[in-house]
Amino acid sequence: MRIPPARPRALPARLLAAGLGLTALTGFAGPASAEKIFVSNERDHTVTVIDGASLKPIETIKTGRRPRGITASPDGKLIYVCVSDDNRVEVYDAATYALVRTLPSGPDPELFVLHPSGNPLYIANEDDNMVTIVDTATGQKTAEIPVGVEPEGMGISPDGKILVNTSETTNMAHFISTDTNEIVENVLVDSRPRVAEFRPDNKHVWVSAEVGGTVSVIDPKSHQVVKRLTFEIPGVTAEAIQPVGIRITRDNKTAYVALGPANRVAVVDTETFAIRKYLLVGQRVWQLAFSPDESRLYTTNGNSNDISIIDVAAEKVTKSVTTGRSPWGAVSVP
Amino acid sequence: MRLALAALCVGALLGGLSPAAAQGAPEAPSAPAKPAPLEFRFGVLRHFPAPPPWWDSLATLPPQDDGVAGAALGVADNNTTGRFLKQTFAIAEELVPHADDPMPAFQRLVDGGAKFIVVAAPADELLKMADAAKGRDVILFNAGARDDELRQEDCRANILHTAPNRAMLTDGLAQYLAVRRWTNWLLLTGRTADDRKYAADVKRSARKFGAKIVEERVWNFGPDARATAQAEIPVFTQNVSYDIAVIADELGEFGDLIGWRTWDPRPTAGTQGLTPTTWHMTLENWGASQLQNRFWRQSKRGMRPLDFQMWLAMRTIGEAAARTKSNDLKTLQAFIFGPDFELAGFKGQSFSYRPWDHQLRQPIVLAQPAAMVSVSPQEGFLHQTNPLDTLGFDRPESRCSFAK
Repeated sequence: MRIPPARPRALPARLLAAGLGLTALTGFAGPASAEKIFVSNERDHTVTVIDGASLKPIETIKTGRRPRGITASPDGKLIYVCVSDDNRVEVYDAATYALVRTLPSGPDPELFVLHPSGNPLYIANEDDNMVTIVDTATGQKTAEIPVGVEPEGMGISPDGKILVNTSETTNMAHFISTDTNEIVENVLVDSRPRVAEFRPDNKHVWVSAEVGGTVSVIDPKSHQVVKRLTFEIPGVTAEAIQPVGIRITRDNKTAYVALGPANRVAVVDTETFAIRKYLLVGQRVWQLAFSPDESRLYTTNGNSNDISIIDVAAEKVTKSVTTGRSPWGAVSVP
Repeated sequence: MRLALAALCVGALLGGLSPAAAQGAPEAPSAPAKPAPLEFRFGVLRHFPAPPPWWDSLATLPPQDDGVAGAALGVADNNTTGRFLKQTFAIAEELVPHADDPMPAFQRLVDGGAKFIVVAAPADELLKMADAAKGRDVILFNAGARDDELRQEDCRANILHTAPNRAMLTDGLAQYLAVRRWTNWLLLTGRTADDRKYAADVKRSARKFGAKIVEERVWNFGPDARATAQAEIPVFTQNVSYDIAVIADELGEFGDLIGWRTWDPRPTAGTQGLTPTTWHMTLENWGASQLQNRFWRQSKRGMRPLDFQMWLAMRTIGEAAARTKSNDLKTLQAFIFGPDFELAGFKGQSFSYRPWDHQLRQPIVLAQPAAMVSVSPQEGFLHQTNPLDTLGFDRPESRCSFAK
């Protein structure tokens, strides 16, 4: 998962404003040297911390049970982890790895998204057909929004006004106004929608359907599906192509789609919707995260227990790094 | 008779649904039209089977709400989705004691307006119901009967099968044993007609996937051998060389006594031991944990295969209803057998119905009592159109004709 301040155009100013100082000033030639990648390991009940420079694991944080969704505060100082089987969100200090506090989440939190301002946190309660809203400052639940069966994917528009939640068994993308916390539209998509990701310019929201094997590109204003992407890989059965994680570059031009047991990440042109490339990564690739400077993309490979590192400019897989068991999500902070 | 009307209220209508958006990739945006409210009436009929032979054992007693609890969860799931579409799903339940005739209960469901009737009853009764409903606006789901004949000579156009047939189960097991190269099987068959049917499918699967039945032995040590098994089973299984004992004992009379008592140390599979089935409480991949948790919260017990098969029947109509926005049977059926129908069933790939015999395609779980072992189709068993058609009757093997 990318940290929100990276989205706006005025990047250096925002990074400075976020208090990143020297790193931001010097870090644009390549990955910032202080970069850290946090990977949640679903079956290990840990988070692996990987040093961005050496690409070596430097710490294993013991978390609550079944950590899945993971994200960072806009300033990169806090790491939020959904610990699904303990029904809460844990907040870690990105520098010391200490557990700072826990937040209520409602039952079985799987994925969440932070408002671009850093508050509130919107959490999908997979077992409860709800989206829970938590104030990250007070640590209080402020609202619950009833959605479809097995809510999972959570995307928020760059201006923070529209939240999109996907429900896996209802097969819908629910568009929710963050002003009223009410659903404004439900868009039926293909089977088992997993992830919703907005383009940074707010033009489209991309929704992956794991069992359907497709990605629906939806216009957030008209709520129309403008394109339904399908994937074909020679030598890979259609059943193995299960799109999950989606990331879109800051310049809005390129989308990356993780294809699950197809063990590949599709590189897609966001204007023509042409699939430029399939990059072979580890086994059962689910979630994706950019490095803060977007030079690298990290993929969590649940069945090979590692992350693959993609050189974004070269569109090549350069390395894999071992994590804990069943890596689920990742986030990178400067 | 018990009649339960579940969760019927039209939930708060939280926004409509753009019909064009549902159809895929429209070019010209149109104004979202609000759908008209639709109702879907289900019936669930379970004719209780004969009590299990070890009815005094707590370990083998099935729960009273086996199956119907899955149907209840399916209706709840459909209503959660239906809330956004102005679709409501209702269910009427008929639980028929073993000694009673299920036909009056079936008639009550039809007369009560049920359009979709989910049945767990023996094959002959199911056929009677199907023939009684012929020409009426009713679709039947077979959630319980595993007879191959219902998918072959005795198939009916108005029955959809969410229960697997025996050939699907034994094919799922055979693929796994072939992968492990355990291809010499000692077949141990029980005394009932159903056991012989299961054994026939074991033989068919052996031929299909290159295994060998080195010998078939029939259990004739009489009922309830629990007290004498330690003496009888070694005798029953000696003087033969094999990799694995494959058991055909649908009644549950002796199968569970075989393991740990064979003359040679050998694993067991089939109706007991490593068992091919549609669902197991320990399945948790592919999001299955969510369904397991949801079911547990509702019923305070683990989900069983019959629960899952009834849930699938409910979800078949729920899914078709959400996509077609219609409760017209012909429209629903056309969609269910069309190319766009895909049912997410928590086993890694979408399920669909075979148009040639109305059997639901689904992966087969192989499990031992407290752990899932594998899920078939196994990698490497290829198929020209759908790997799930390596399990059971593929189109060229079908002897079903709906025309008659």
